[in-house]
This record gives sequence, structure tokens and C-alpha cells, in this order.
Amino acid sequence: MARKETVSFQDPALARRALADAFRKLNPRWMWHSPVMFVVEVVAALTTLIFLQHLFSGSFGALSFDGQIALWLWFTVLFANFSEAMAEGRGRAQAAALRQTRTETTAKLLPDGQTVPVTVPATQLRKGDVVLVEAGDVIPGDGEVVEGIASVDESSITGESAPVIRESGGDRSAVTGGTRVLSDSIKVRITADPGNTFLDHMIRLVEGASRQKTPNELALFILLAGLTIIFLLVVMTLEPLGLYSGTTVSPVTMAALLVCLIPTTIGGLLPAIGIAGMNRLVQHNVLAKSGRAVEAAGDVDVLLLDKTGTITMGNRVATAFIPVGGASEEELAGRAQLASLSDETPEGRSVVVLAKKYGFRERDFGSEEVRFIPFSANTRMSGIDLGERQIRKGAAGAIIRMVQEQGGEVPAELVQKVREIADAGGTPLVVAENKSVYGVIYLKDVVKGGITERFARMRAMGIKTVMITGDNPLTARAIAREAGVDDFLAEATPEAKMERIKNEQSEGKMVAMTGDGTNDAPALAQADVGVAMNSGTAAAKEAGNMVDLDSNPTKLIEIVEVGKQLLMTRGSLTTFSIANDVAKYFAILPAMFTISFPQLQALNIMGLSTPQSAILSAVIFNALIIIALIPLALKGVGYRPAGAAGILRRNLFLYGLGGLLVPFIGIKLLDRLVVWLHLV
Amino acid sequence: MRSFLEVLLLAALIIIISPMLGGYIYLVHRGEKVFLTPVLGWLERLIYRLGGISPQKEMRWGTYAGAVLVFNLTGLVVFYLVERLQGVLPLNPQHLPAMHPLLALNTAVSFVTNTNWQAYSPEQTMSYLTEMLAPTVQNFLSAASGLAVAIALIRGLTRREAGTVGNFWVDLVRSVVYILLPFSLALAVLLVSQGVIQNFSPYLTVHTLEGVRQTLAMGPAASQEAIKEFGTNGGGIFNANSAHPFENPTPLTNFIEMLAMLAIPAALVHTFGRMARNTRQGWAVFFAMLILFLAGAAGAITAEQAGNPLFTRLGVNQTASGLQAGGNMEGKEVRFGPAGSALFAETTSAAACGAVDSMHDSFTPLGGMVPLLNIALGEVIFGGVGAGLYGMLTFVLLAVFIAGLMVGRTPEYLGKKVESREIKMAMLAVLVMPVLILTLTALAVVCGPGLAGIANKGPHGLSEIMYAYASAAGNNGSAFEGLNAAAPFYLITTALAMLLGRFLPIIAVLAIAGSMVEKVPVPPGPGTFPTDGPLFVGLLVGVILIVGALTFFPALVLGPVAEHLLMTGGKLF
Repeated sequence: MARKETVSFQDPALARRALADAFRKLNPRWMWHSPVMFVVEVVAALTTLIFLQHLFSGSFGALSFDGQIALWLWFTVLFANFSEAMAEGRGRAQAAALRQTRTETTAKLLPDGQTVPVTVPATQLRKGDVVLVEAGDVIPGDGEVVEGIASVDESSITGESAPVIRESGGDRSAVTGGTRVLSDSIKVRITADPGNTFLDHMIRLVEGASRQKTPNELALFILLAGLTIIFLLVVMTLEPLGLYSGTTVSPVTMAALLVCLIPTTIGGLLPAIGIAGMNRLVQHNVLAKSGRAVEAAGDVDVLLLDKTGTITMGNRVATAFIPVGGASEEELAGRAQLASLSDETPEGRSVVVLAKKYGFRERDFGSEEVRFIPFSANTRMSGIDLGERQIRKGAAGAIIRMVQEQGGEVPAELVQKVREIADAGGTPLVVAENKSVYGVIYLKDVVKGGITERFARMRAMGIKTVMITGDNPLTARAIAREAGVDDFLAEATPEAKMERIKNEQSEGKMVAMTGDGTNDAPALAQADVGVAMNSGTAAAKEAGNMVDLDSNPTKLIEIVEVGKQLLMTRGSLTTFSIANDVAKYFAILPAMFTISFPQLQALNIMGLSTPQSAILSAVIFNALIIIALIPLALKGVGYRPAGAAGILRRNLFLYGLGGLLVPFIGIKLLDRLVVWLHLV
Repeated sequence: MRSFLEVLLLAALIIIISPMLGGYIYLVHRGEKVFLTPVLGWLERLIYRLGGISPQKEMRWGTYAGAVLVFNLTGLVVFYLVERLQGVLPLNPQHLPAMHPLLALNTAVSFVTNTNWQAYSPEQTMSYLTEMLAPTVQNFLSAASGLAVAIALIRGLTRREAGTVGNFWVDLVRSVVYILLPFSLALAVLLVSQGVIQNFSPYLTVHTLEGVRQTLAMGPAASQEAIKEFGTNGGGIFNANSAHPFENPTPLTNFIEMLAMLAIPAALVHTFGRMARNTRQGWAVFFAMLILFLAGAAGAITAEQAGNPLFTRLGVNQTASGLQAGGNMEGKEVRFGPAGSALFAETTSAAACGAVDSMHDSFTPLGGMVPLLNIALGEVIFGGVGAGLYGMLTFVLLAVFIAGLMVGRTPEYLGKKVESREIKMAMLAVLVMPVLILTLTALAVVCGPGLAGIANKGPHGLSEIMYAYASAAGNNGSAFEGLNAAAPFYLITTALAMLLGRFLPIIAVLAIAGSMVEKVPVPPGPGTFPTDGPLFVGLLVGVILIVGALTFFPALVLGPVAEHLLMTGGKLF
């Protein structure tokens, strides 16, 4: 599908657009949202004024140097703007793909109580409107099926080509605007005003239009502002200190020092990092309502998952026939098949499927009198009457009572077998014919393939998984062990689920929860990160703060990774940015003061050629490093599940030590280049 | 090598003593029974009764901060009045007149802020009564105030979902009654045994061997000396401070005084560990402090023991031997030598005490830079009583924030999330020092009254001014000397630096306590970054050095570094 392709960084059209945007963003009113870069812009403007003044007054002495510094200061601002524009551009490309799913369409509106539809543009639909969607129609907006059942092609949003069933009532009632009904017709109640759907939220987020600062971003913002104040102070007080020491520091040099010291690298790349995080989320087919939710995902400690449909296939499957009382497996299999022929439940069908392995296929009952006995909650059994033969399967207690009432003998081993199956987390169904028991069908919850690996990965990330199930504790424990979840909540009611979330939260833990049903909605809203399945109900989607278009409950792994990467990228680039300052000091300070104290040349440990080349190289390095780090900002710092100390050690080494050393080399090389090109 | 033995001995004793004293402070501030409770419990209860304090009533952070401010402001007013009225008050055998208003104000601010910057010459300006009612009282109360604030911050970090951070009056009273008073008393007796004087005699007039008449100032030195070091105050009863033989007669007292300066600041770190229910948290902070301390000691001792390279070129033997201490002996006492003096300078600057046993102005440029840098880093290398720990914990929050982001989690400390509000307050606390030091230094070096006050020109003069403001803003109180601190310009600006340098961080720190105390601690998981291991110690040291270095690099380059480079080139200031 189109959206999953990453928009190439090298895409020339994208880069061109971003370049134009970089200039557009020079508007001070826009720059104001990033104080660090705003300071750079002001300084660049002042430096330009000084340069122009020199130009017109005809004092060409410092002209070329001042001009170049001014130019590179502007470049610094432009590069930062470019990074943001680039991220926004990629977001826009993704948003365009998202928007395609909402091509201008018309809707068949059913005015209150009427049956004759009125055709209106989809954009005029309001929350609460009911529309008719027939085979071949595009669903005009997000909504809930209130009547009918239809197969729907959702490939435009999920990329999955197989159609899905959407029907009124139950947990599969939500439909998404832009998807197409393939067969039948449904009535849909619109649940979101135009411009206010999940998709609209996400489009605004990936485009960076409605970005609000997330809590961590805000804290980092304060830290960076604080550092900027310190460095403003350092540079401003340098003039009096210089005067005292007998040096007049030129304003242009001070401007250069200031811009080199304030954290421009992280300050310039911060918006791009945030937008790029959203982009990565969309690439995973997840829509988020807010950046805050994505950031919270990085902190998740506990994940609650429904057992059914998430951890297990959803239905119990017959996996073995265990005969008792001297019966053979074949005798048991044959009776089990007969008892299940009319049983249309998945469990019943799985018994028939298993019986095929014993050679029992279609039955020809001939002229025998056949009566199917359906399952009832009262008798807790189902089966078939063939003439005199009464074949039954059902809960152990019910069957045993039936056999005993008819004066039959219950084999001693039966109770033991039944208990063994139950202990192993399975469901035993006892099969009997008239007054003799033939054996037990072993029904088992089948754990989805690959799920244990996913849980192991979550454990490595430090996330505890909790399985929620209506099963009894015994069954729950067995399945939990098999699937590899850390904990389980058995015999769970919606209240118990809420209680569990609140308990974890009261211990300060961040809870994530995936769900799709309407009864999940309160829990989804209570959880810190609520991921609703796209296949779920509208209520669930409304309550959660993310929607997974693929309806994959373990998608949380990717969501957590995106959240963690966001923070790691910010932290690493902040460290890098601050560590850079050491080298810049060693480049600029000797250059500033060698006139009054020639001995300070000893601090020129990089051996830079001239004071002017040193200052210019430091400024150029400071600007170019922003460009050099744009790919990292957009891609995010690599994350591998590991202990926190390990990750810190690695990132400190890469970005702390790296940040200390790289500029020494970079500035030295640039100095050579500057001299070679005779720029100063 | 011998010069470093004393450092190692000091470090070893601190490592042994601080957890014990820390545990004692922990018990005292939990209100539990300690060995002094039977002896002093009545005093605590009496003060509560007289002051109408109900010890069970706890305060929210705002009330707590208000109480700190009101209490200290009252102390300031009382201090000032005593100085101004001493002429008509008793115990004034020298008939000293009222102190000059500006000098009196500067002195009052200095003692209330635990700075003990001495712009006055005690033996020529202060009567015995003033000494006892003003400086001595504030030596206890300012130290106790700092200690209380630190305890409140620890409560904020370690309590679970509470609203209050303690009762300031209770914290204050317990600090004085169970910690400062009894230990100072014991220390004073110890010092007297070594020859420190303690009397109310009129000044003595003696005939010296040279045949001249000399006035010897007297006074209650030992009692003052004990709390001066133990409360990291630093204001001596004599102008020469701990270089004076009546305050610090022997190498042994010199060592004891260093130990006393470091005792409470180092112990409080362990009190913190105990209250956090994880002593390793305390040790981590402790080792970060110790590493910085030892690095400074090594730097200062090396620089001072090496002496002046120009002398070496002239053929002067400056190496230590059995017959001489060697090194740079200018401005030092023969009984302490360069190493003992350098270690004392390191200790007094690291611990925000301000007592001096040698003249820092006469140190080699790099040797003198060490105490300057210690102070400028924010007085967090053990630091002042209370102030050192709460200053260090603001750096811890910043380090935790950066580290937390780098591991991809909302940063947390002791299980509590560090959010924008805490970062805002921590940044504010960290910003105070650079703002005060840099702006005031910049002001002084370009205006007439500022320049008039310095004794030496060139980079050394810059060091003198910068040291003065660092010492004031960092509430250290030691002087580089060579600066006319009694000039009105310096009286006003240093008083300003002392006030803001003391109370702005206190308010910020209590605000942090107030917001952290309400949070729910999360039990550590595999995704949480451990703050009690060597990696964190390294990170914390790194953050302190980087922030300090980046802030003061230009000023230090123009001051001590330039002076050092010029000196090696043969030019002295």
C-alpha cells in the first residue's frame, strides 16, 4: 500500500518544497516558537546590519569576514527550518495518502425516520446522521453500523485485501470513512463531524500543524531555554571582561560565539524529531490522537490484553479424543462426530474436523429416524438421537448425571481424565451413548503462532503483560504459561478490568490496554495508552487515544518503540549539542583574546590557522552539523530492547563522547578548507 | 607523596564518620529517640512550649518557605540592631562604637545567609556581646535553616503522595538542639585542649622579642571556632581567621577543623540515603562529591607544592625536604605548609565554609583557581550544611533528566517522574550562581568604584573580583583577599549576591519538594535507569563539570588561566 512506503529523504521534489518552506519559516512570528533558533535569527539579523553598515561606510577591512559570519548564521537558521520543513513534507506526503481514503464522495442521507435517501456531499454529514450504504458505495464517514450486515473492503486504510464483515451490534460494528461496501447494504450512524475524525487528527499531527508540546518536550524546552540564558549571559559579560583585559571584542565575534554555544543543534532539530515520530507511527499503520499519547507509550510498564482473539485464536479447538472404560479411540471419535454434526459452533466444527483423521466423513443416515438435539444452557449438552441411540456430548457433570439416571456405570478413570484436561487449561467434553461413557474430547485454546516471541520482546523492553480472560483461574494460568504472559486476570468482568488498571496506576505505573469491544471503552479511556482496534466498535475507538488500523493487539511493541525513540533522539542530540560546546570554546576563545594575551595561543589546541579562520570554521561547523543530523532526527536513534543502564552507556558513549570529539576534528578540517579556499 | 597522605586520611575518615553521623541525623529528624534525647529532650519540648509550636502540624512547601524567609528576616533585623547598639550594651571592654550602617547590613546579611563574608575586622569592630549575640547565634541558626531545607527536600523526594514536607520550626529546633549544639560543644572542648583560647579578657598588650609593644586580641574563640567549622559558617573571631594561632594553633587542629567542615554536609548525603530507604542512593551522591573533592585537592596541592616556576629558574630550591616544606609559601603559615594549606583551601571552598588558614590571593594562579572553581560549580562538592545537598540534588535532577531521555523514558528519580515543573525550578536554582557571579563581576570590572577596590591589576585583579562574587553568591564567605571589601560598592553588591544566592535556590528547592512530594513513586523496573551505580556517579560528575566549565570557561581563561600562562612567560601580577 502507498502509505507504508517511506518517503525518501532524497526525493528532490520534497527537498525543493522544504527549501522554500525553510525561507518562509524565517518569519519571526513563526520562529518565536523555538526560542533557541529565534535568538539565532535575531543575532543573524544584527550581524547583517553591522555588515551592511561596514559595506556602506566603505570600511572594507572586516567586510568579507563579517559578511561570511552573517551568511552562515542565516544558514544555521535556514538549516534548522529546513529540517522541520522536511519532516513536515514527509508528513504531508503521508497525510495525502491518508486523505486519498477520503476522496470527495456523496452520501445517501436518511432523514429522521424516513426510508428514502437524500443524496448529499459527504462533507455535510454531521455526527448522529444516519446514511444508507449499498454494495459498491464508499462509506462517507466514520460511523457505526446500526442496521444490516455487509462485507467491506478496508484495503484503503489497512492494506489488507481480504474483505471484512461489518454488522450491527456486537464488536464489529465500526466502519471507517473511505472504505467500500462490497456486498449487501447497511445503515450507518455517523460518529464524527467532518474534520474531526481520527484520520483528521492524525493528518494534522503528521503535518505538524496541530502539534502541541508533549510534557517531556516542554521540560526539555525549559532546559534549553535555561542554557540559552546562561550562554547569553556568558557572551554578554564577555565584553566588559574583555574591556578590562584590554581587548575590544567585535560584536560579530560575540555573535559567532553566542550562536556556537547555545544548543542550536537540538533546538533546531527538536520540531523535526517530534513530527518524524508521528510519521513513523503512521508507517506502522497506527493513528494517534495526540503526541502526548505516543510519548506516554514509551513509558508503559504494564500492558493489558484480552485473551480471546489476541493471545489465542479465539475459539477452542478439539485436539484429542481420550477414550475411557475400554472404548477405542475410533469408537469415541465416531460418536463424538455424530454428536457434533448439528453443532454449528466453532468448537463443534473442530470436533468434526478432528474426527476426519479417524476416517469418519459424511454420514448417510438412510431411513433411520434422526433427531438433532441442540445445545441448551439448561441441559448443558447437545447431540443426536438415532432411533434408540441417544448420543450426547457435554459438560462432565451433566453427562455423568444423565448416565447415572439411566442406571449406567461411570468409569473411575473418567473423573481423573476430566480433571487432568481442566488442570492443563483445556475444556473437557464427555461423550456418552445411552448409559455408557465412551470418553472425553479435549478442547483447547490454541495460542497464536509467534505470540510468545512478541511477549518475550515486551519483557526485554521492561513491559509486564497481563492477560485478561473470563476463564477460570486454572485455565487462565495454563494459557498464560503457554503464551508466555507475565500475569493474568481470570474470571474478569469489566469492573475487575477497571479495578486492575486503577490498581496498577495507583502504584504509579503507566498502563496500556488494547481492546475492541464497547465494554472495553471505559477501560480504554482509563488506561494511559488505549489502543483501539480498527475493527472494533466506535465507542472503543472514541475512548482510546490510538487506533491500530491493522487491528493487531501486539502492535503496542512498535508503538512503544516509537515513543522511546522519540525521547532517546531528543536526549541524545541534547547531550551531543552540549558536548559540542567544549571544542567551540577552544576554537573561539583563543582567537578572541590572543591580541591582548598572546600566551592564550596555548589554548589553541587544534592549531587553527588564524583567529578569523577559527571563528568562521566553528560557525560553519555549527551550521553544517544540523544538516548532517537531519537524517538521524527523522529516523530516530536506534532502539534495541535492553536494560536502561546498557542503553544509557551506549548513548553516552556515542553522543556524549562523540559530541565531545567530533567537533574538534570537524572544526580542524573546516579550518584547513577555509584557509585553502582563501575565505579569510 | 607525603603531601597526599593527609588527603587520603581525611577522605578515609569522612567515609567512616559520615554514614554514622548521617544515621544519627536521620533518627533526629524522624523524631526518634537518640542517645541525647534523655539529656536534651526537655530543651526541645521547652522551646516548643515557649514558641507555641505543635510538632505534629506539618507544612506545605509554600508555608515552609514562608517560615524560612520570615525567620531569617527576623534574624537579619536582630543582628543589625545588635551591631548598631553595641556601644551602649555591656561586655564591650574595648568600648567599640556602633558599626557603620552599610557594614553592619553587609555583616548581618553575611551571617544570616551562612556566608560569613567578613568585610569587617572583628577584633576592631565587634564587642564580645555582639560576637555572642549576633554571629555566634546566626552561626547556629543559619546552618540549621539550611539543614532544615535539605531535610524538607529529601522528604519531598522520598515521601509517597503526601502534601506536606515537614514543620520548619521542628526541623530547626531539632537541628540546633540535637546536632549543632552538642557536637559544637564537644568540638570546642577539643579545640581548647589544643590551645585555642576561650575568654572575655580585655586585649593584652605584650612586649615582643623585638622590643615593640603589640596588642593581642582576646575573646571566646573556641566556642566560635567550633560552630564556625561545624556549621560551615567560616566567620572567625579574628580577622586572620584560621591562620591565627589562637583559632587554629596546630596541624592537628587544622585537620580537625577540616573534618568538622565536611562532617555534616557529607553526613546529610547518607541521611538522604536512609530516608530514601536505599543507602546506595546516598553513596552514589557521596562518591560524586568525593571524586570532585579529591580532584580539586590533587590540583591545588600539586600547584602549591610545585611553587613558582620563576623562582626555580632563579635557582631557588622549592622541593619539599626534611628541612623545608617547599612549594609556594607566600601567605601561608609555616605550621601548615603548602600542602596542608592547599587542602584546607580545597576543603573550605568545597564545603562552602569560608574559613581560611592561608591567603588564597597568594596562591599560584592555578592553585587559586581550584577554590574559585569549587565555589563557582555551585557549592555542591559537599557544600554548606544543607545547602550542599540541596544544591547537589538539583544537579541530580538535571542529570536524571538527560539520562532519562537518553534511555527513552520519562525521567524519574527515586521512582518519581521529573517533569517540566521540577526542571524549571532546578534550572532556576542552577542559574542563580552564574547570573550573580558573571553580571556582578562584569559590572565591577568596568566601573570606577569596582576597579578602585582591587589591589592587583591584570588577570589577577579579575580573579580577586570574581572570587569575591562567587564567594558571596555561593554563600562561601572565604575571601581571595586583595580586594577592598569594605568599600560601599562591594558592601552593597556582595550583600545582594549573598541574599539572592541564598534564598532564591531555597525557594526553588522547596518548590521542587512541594511538587515531588505529591507524586507516586513507581517501583523500579528493567526499563528504569539505576541512579545508585557508578555510571550515574560518572554522569553526575560530568554534568556538574560541563555546566560549570561551559559557564565559567571564558572568565577563568581571562583570569587564572591567562595569569598562569603569563607567569610561565615571566610576567607576574
